[in-house]
Amino acid sequence: MQSDNLVEIAGVAFGYGARPVLKGINLTARRGQVVAIMGSSGCGKTTLLRLIGGQIKPGQGTVRVAGESVADLDQDGLYRLRRKMGMLFQFGALFTDMSVFDNVAFQLREHTDLPEDAIRDLVLMKLNAVGLRGAAHLMPAELSGGMARRVALARAIALDPMLVMYDEPFAGLDPISLGVTGNLIRRLTDTLGLTSLLVTHDVQESLKIVDYVYFVSEGVIVAEGTADAIRASELPYVHQFVHGEADGPVPFHYPARAYADDLGLGGRDA
Amino acid sequence: MLKRALENLGNRTIQGVWRMGFATRFLLAVLMHSGTAFRRFGLTIREMYFTGVLSLIIILVSGLFVGMVLGLQGYETLQTYGSEEALGILVALSLVRELGPVVAALLFASRAGSAITAEIGLMKATEQLSAMEMMAVDPIARVVAPRFWAGVISMPLLAALFSAMGVLGGYLVGVQLIGVDEGSFWAQMQSAVDFEQDVLNGVIKSVVFGVAITAIALFEGYDAPPTAEGVSGATTRTVVTSSLAVLALDFVLTAFMFRGLN
Repeated sequence: MQSDNLVEIAGVAFGYGARPVLKGINLTARRGQVVAIMGSSGCGKTTLLRLIGGQIKPGQGTVRVAGESVADLDQDGLYRLRRKMGMLFQFGALFTDMSVFDNVAFQLREHTDLPEDAIRDLVLMKLNAVGLRGAAHLMPAELSGGMARRVALARAIALDPMLVMYDEPFAGLDPISLGVTGNLIRRLTDTLGLTSLLVTHDVQESLKIVDYVYFVSEGVIVAEGTADAIRASELPYVHQFVHGEADGPVPFHYPARAYADDLGLGGRDA
Repeated sequence: MLKRALENLGNRTIQGVWRMGFATRFLLAVLMHSGTAFRRFGLTIREMYFTGVLSLIIILVSGLFVGMVLGLQGYETLQTYGSEEALGILVALSLVRELGPVVAALLFASRAGSAITAEIGLMKATEQLSAMEMMAVDPIARVVAPRFWAGVISMPLLAALFSAMGVLGGYLVGVQLIGVDEGSFWAQMQSAVDFEQDVLNGVIKSVVFGVAITAIALFEGYDAPPTAEGVSGATTRTVVTSSLAVLALDFVLTAFMFRGLN
């Protein structure tokens, strides 16, 4: 029987060189849910996505996707699993030498033997789902940031994956594109029966669409819960994050020696 | 002070050796994943258009001018000894043995090598290579290997065209402008240029240069830090390293190929 959890992360630790980024993360994403991983910039959110996608291996702990331990797969196994995953990169990562149509058709041409007619129909259906069927002939350089993100979304769902990961899907978007992208993520998750994993620091936009939220800070999960629970949370870190307060558990100042010392006023308090 | 200098030297050496090792593994990976470049030869043809066809103008024009200069300079020297009819030999041998492969390779490094590095570096910086990996498509097989083989195939063709244009340039200046006897020009060239010793060795040189330049350009792009500065530094390194590699390899190859020849 297949497990209810599509992604299971247990006790994962990871570091770049001597610098630890994740220090024991436990996280699950249930099938059909939109799950958000939030935290301030540089807290290791994107590293988590790379661990799930098998681009890096954890120092400790296990990452399981659809019951398979990602780190234990060989390249063929990993590529087989990745065909069932889609990933939306922060700025779309569209292939700049290909048109919008060819970008969406890329995986279909690489991984299937479908005739060009069938590929055309499928690509137009995916582009229609993100509202950009009319932009099929454009090159990525001719798209706005929001449009590029939507094309990348169409490309990510081209092979009807079971899991789609979004790396900062709301970064740098205007308010209209922001709403459109958020709605698309929710709608595609529900209609295609996907599981969506969002890495974001856009609290307000993501709380509108997510089922469950994990907060990461300094390499550990500091809070988790449904969108309503997070909004109502009294935890200082979550409160600071949700309400966008400049100072709090996450300090405004980068660690430094005493201000007075830096100004050459030794002996006097800063 | 001395300790720090030694530490720096040690660090740089270790980094250099690491990088060499990484580059070798990279080249091996490219060779091992070259199946796609031949199975789907259209991908390689497409890259040959960008690296080869688009380099044609600079190669052809430079070849013509180099040949014309050879015609002028060669005539000046040869007439001192009363052997201006040998101009055809001088032009052809200089081009086929040395100038064709070497100058074409230097131009190829600056025109196509830099473009390859910048393209791969930017693809990496904009996460296109990561995106490809996440789509279960190996970027080494899909992006790198076709460019490698396109460069290796294009280089000898460009060198041959460079030499042909050079001979034409020498003919225009020597025969048409200065008035060297046309029959002697071509006949002496034909009798003196040996296919195996001269032409084939020139082709071998240009294939080796093609491998070196394209491998360096691809590696620098693949290894470039994903920033504007990183890509610009990598592009510069490609031109400098591959130009030096061409000149060094040329010396080694020449020493082996033409040792003891008349």
